[in-house]
Amino acid sequence: MSTRRFSVFSMMVAASISLALCGSVGAADKSIKIATQSPLSGDQSVIGVDIKRGAELALEQLGGPLVDMGLKIELAPFDDQANPDAGVANAKRIVSDPAILAVVGHYNSGVQIPSSEVYHTSGLVNVSPANTNPKVTTRGYLEVNRIVGRDDVQGVVGADFAASKGVKSVFVVHDKTAYGQGIAEFFKQKATENGMKVLGFEGTEEKANFDALLSPVVAGNPDLVYFGGMAFQAAVLFKQARERGYEGIFLSDDGFDSSDAAKIGGDTLISGGGTFYSTVSGPASVYAGTAKFIKDFEAKYNATPQPFAAQAYDSMAISLKAIEDAAKAANNAVPTRAAVAKAVRDLKEFKGITGTFTFNKIGDPEKALYFVIQVVSKDPAKWSENKVVQTLEIAPPQ
Amino acid sequence: MISLFLKDLFNRVNQGRWPYLIVIGHILAGSLLVYTQPRSNLAFLVLMTSFMSLYFFTTSVRFKLIAGTMLALVIIPIVGVRNIFYLEVIFQISVFAALALGLNIVVGFAGLLDLGYVAFYAVGAYLWAFFGSQQFYVLHFAPGTQPSDLPFLLPGDAFYMFLLVGVVIAGLTGILLGLPVLRLRGDYLAIVTLGFGEVIRVLANNLDKPLNFTNGPQGITPIQRPSMPDPVVEWFNSVFRGVVGHDVTPADMYNLMFYIFALIVIIVIIFVTRRLDDSKLGRAWTAVREDETAAIAQGIPLVKMKLAAFAVGASFAGVMGVLLAASRTFISPESFSFMQSIGVLTMVILGGAGSIPGVILGAATVTILNLQVLQGFSLYLNELRQSDAVMPIINFAWKDLSPQLDPAKYQRMLFGLILVLMMIFRPAGLIPATRRKREIDAEETN
Amino acid sequence: MIRFLKRINVYELVRPVGQMMAFSLGSAAFMSAIAISLALALDDTAVGVSLMDKYNVSLFTYTMLNLPQVIIDGLTIGFVYAAIALGYTMVYGVLEFINFAHSEIFAVGAFVGVELLIALDGMGILAGASLGMAYAYLILAILLGMIAAGGLAVAVERVAYRPLRGMSRLVPLISAIGVSFLLQDIIRLVESLTSGQFNRIMPTFGNFDSRIIFGKIAMGSSNLTLGISVKSIIVIVSAVLMLVGLNYLVNATRVGKAMRAVAQDRPTASLMGINVNRIISLTFLVGGLLGGAAGVLYALKFTRIDPFVGFFPGLKAFTAAVLGGIGNMTGAVLGGIVLGMLETFAGSYMGVFTMGAAGSEYKDIFAFSILILVLIFRPQGLMGKNVVQKA
Repeated sequence: MSTRRFSVFSMMVAASISLALCGSVGAADKSIKIATQSPLSGDQSVIGVDIKRGAELALEQLGGPLVDMGLKIELAPFDDQANPDAGVANAKRIVSDPAILAVVGHYNSGVQIPSSEVYHTSGLVNVSPANTNPKVTTRGYLEVNRIVGRDDVQGVVGADFAASKGVKSVFVVHDKTAYGQGIAEFFKQKATENGMKVLGFEGTEEKANFDALLSPVVAGNPDLVYFGGMAFQAAVLFKQARERGYEGIFLSDDGFDSSDAAKIGGDTLISGGGTFYSTVSGPASVYAGTAKFIKDFEAKYNATPQPFAAQAYDSMAISLKAIEDAAKAANNAVPTRAAVAKAVRDLKEFKGITGTFTFNKIGDPEKALYFVIQVVSKDPAKWSENKVVQTLEIAPPQ
Repeated sequence: MISLFLKDLFNRVNQGRWPYLIVIGHILAGSLLVYTQPRSNLAFLVLMTSFMSLYFFTTSVRFKLIAGTMLALVIIPIVGVRNIFYLEVIFQISVFAALALGLNIVVGFAGLLDLGYVAFYAVGAYLWAFFGSQQFYVLHFAPGTQPSDLPFLLPGDAFYMFLLVGVVIAGLTGILLGLPVLRLRGDYLAIVTLGFGEVIRVLANNLDKPLNFTNGPQGITPIQRPSMPDPVVEWFNSVFRGVVGHDVTPADMYNLMFYIFALIVIIVIIFVTRRLDDSKLGRAWTAVREDETAAIAQGIPLVKMKLAAFAVGASFAGVMGVLLAASRTFISPESFSFMQSIGVLTMVILGGAGSIPGVILGAATVTILNLQVLQGFSLYLNELRQSDAVMPIINFAWKDLSPQLDPAKYQRMLFGLILVLMMIFRPAGLIPATRRKREIDAEETN
Repeated sequence: MIRFLKRINVYELVRPVGQMMAFSLGSAAFMSAIAISLALALDDTAVGVSLMDKYNVSLFTYTMLNLPQVIIDGLTIGFVYAAIALGYTMVYGVLEFINFAHSEIFAVGAFVGVELLIALDGMGILAGASLGMAYAYLILAILLGMIAAGGLAVAVERVAYRPLRGMSRLVPLISAIGVSFLLQDIIRLVESLTSGQFNRIMPTFGNFDSRIIFGKIAMGSSNLTLGISVKSIIVIVSAVLMLVGLNYLVNATRVGKAMRAVAQDRPTASLMGINVNRIISLTFLVGGLLGGAAGVLYALKFTRIDPFVGFFPGLKAFTAAVLGGIGNMTGAVLGGIVLGMLETFAGSYMGVFTMGAAGSEYKDIFAFSILILVLIFRPQGLMGKNVVQKA
């Protein structure tokens, strides 16, 4: 046996002993865990981390009733790395921990869809704060719910709003993610139906340099530029378009709802035809809870919440409420997963900070409220004062 | 001092029938621990490390084979269906081990640094994803707008045929890419393969128009699996119900089946690799790796040899891709990012380029670190943060620990550290290849 | 004073400027010729008809009227690539080694510069700054970014590359890949510990966002404005200054001579009394300085940065360096300009020429395809000399 072989061996032994630390955390009898899954690493972690934080804040603020019942509640955050493999592995880890009674998560529909197959086989309820792909719920699983609207509705809301502004021509851009492209495809479809001329339909993974993309946009001078995707790209694109002399209307989706947009875009968002976005999460004027949420969030984490943080807060709130209902039905004992999954569907008119939720039979919120909101100030601090210009109540397609 | 003592102890123990007793004891202890503590990470690690003692202690080949087979085919499946997270970890270890072994042929044997290896994995995955799903009938729909009641193009059992098709197509892709770029020197090649990996990912992301081949970023789902006959599930349940404790569902049986498939692929790769290593081709690769100029002078057809390495490595990735598509029933471009290529490379480098046991060890270590240890450590820190515990001695309340310090978030840092530290302190890897080891040992004795 | 001026080698100051102008004009003319001939060829086909339907102009007019703006955009990004590419090419010239972590050195420069400006903005200094002071602060940010990036480059070389010198070529390359990943997460860790989030936004100040309009052109139903933003001018001017300065350093000073000597033959250079380690550190320092400045300029031009911001520009700059002939400084500048042009032309016109089947999402692939093509037909790059591999 050579020295080398031996040293490897001893390294391994040392490593596994040191791992004992991590593995030996035992769970108390009456403890309940709620897992979150979102990308905590990589370039999408900006949003993923805030999904975790939103849920964490809700657990802290709203866990009271369960604690009063003598139950111990904990958060178990997981990093799905925006990668389906990591998401599925975490999902299996989650379902193998009997203390976990609900999952708040995923940011990427591409990760949620395979991971929720795992939750489904184990009867574990998943409340999604961000997955807008129709397929998330159209599979008809009892365990899978979401509190956000669907791509196929939000795109339509955008296109109808454009029609109401008398828009004749549009240029559609999206971010080449399942989310952004999903919305953009439906926007394009509906816009064509509404008789608008679609000058172009382009996807881009670019985050900084939109010069090349903007040439055909500016040359066509459409009445409206639509962006399907997130604020950090949309605002840069809008800013560069204004710098190139484009004066029309900007329209985006709920990914645009972030004060970073004002930080990046500044003046350019309120000049010309103005900037609008459609969203399922209403501003503070509609939902009083949102303002408090933003204040609490900033106090705790010293950062403004990213999009979907408030939705994560609500997803956690719904999970807690369902666990509470199920626990009450079980005489203050820890409820079963099946009971929790059923309790989520049984919730009626749950008042969250981003809306009032009742789930339909496939797990979409019944009659979600959709807003079209206009940016009114270049000051990021005044983002929450943005003006609602249109409110629509739409039931999801069955 | 202590290490000397331990080494002495190890050598003394590693004689006669002691190794047999230790290995059997290790396996039994691991199994028992996992059986009594089905959710403990530590118990699982004890069981997994029994593979290591099986490798390191000197026992007869027959014993190694029997014990290894028992572990892989009986104990692990039982442990896996008792806790499906373990099965997932083991499945991912075997997938990555197969990928790392494939990359090892390119990097370890032929000395070509391939930074876009997952491209071939993607080729295999998308191949079965296209033919094994409804995608053929979606060609004229924009992503997301297709009706949901479309027929499937091929039956699920065509999967077996596509394992072979995957080998061929990925191998051909390897040759197609290799032809133009393999004349390049090593470091250029690395960047070009990186670019190629990106090209494949971007294509997968964008080939949803004009004809919708890949469904773009939304990915393809559902992808079919081969059929699972009921008698198999019933047989498994009738034999193992006692030890498992509950009836196994067909869904769990699928996990088991794909684990076995991955194992078969690994065995084939090991077999092929070992035969190749001792063949004329393997010798030629070594020559190319050590000194290209000298190899040419010896009359070795350089480009042909490199092409062969590229094609063999690519075809293994292709077959694993087909397997992945079927096991996940969902494929999207996110699975094939540059990070994945670097992950596989890290496994090869950590274990030891050119060394089969090393590469498997590397794959297992990185996968366990990534899935279990970092996540486990993060969860542990998080529990501490939510408790009232105080760090002893320095009197630091865990509550005040910044939530930014979350090990699971810093996977890139882990890969980066492994790569840099290995290159500086142990460039030949944890278990160096035998040929390299001979060279190194010779240097040491000189 | 006059004696000092006399010692300045004017030729080495004028030559690179002339070269850059020639490269810019040449590649612009070349790319325009391709675009125009494609437009002429496709005008009567379905492509032209579809464009007429949507934009109300013929394909040829559309192409022609958009050309000036596309060229300006291409030049701007081209000079950014050129500045980064020089970092790769200098290190490669001296060590025959791809400094994969250069893209993160660039990112660190960007972060340091932007953090300084954010801090100044937080103190309310930027908002009220006069135009002159705004430029002064920008220059300060660039300098700070340069210093941080230069220092980091030297440190990385000392820790992660120097111990590996003399080993097989792949060993330091793998180490560099590791450093690159490590630095990404270190930036992320530091930023999230200090500011709670790791994507940073360049504050708006001065007149950098305003745009100088050269004129308006009527096209179909719309008006095209031709212009260039102040920040693009700053990017181009600073890049040109850096390139001229670097060229002077390498070709007209004693240190530069030492660098070239080390690049040509390290053992012999060391026999001639050149401190090889010092020269190599210096090479990394200069490359890092350029990268850091490019980082801050990049943040100025494109507003938002994150720890992964370096990856694609870095990859493209490397492509530019190879395109021009790696190890060759003039080549890196040429490569950067050509690549910037190519990418912008492809991104701007592909969507129209292919009737939307393949748009600007393929512009990154375009860069890599060109790289592969160049390597097949001219492995030494556009300006590189065909050198025999050193054993």
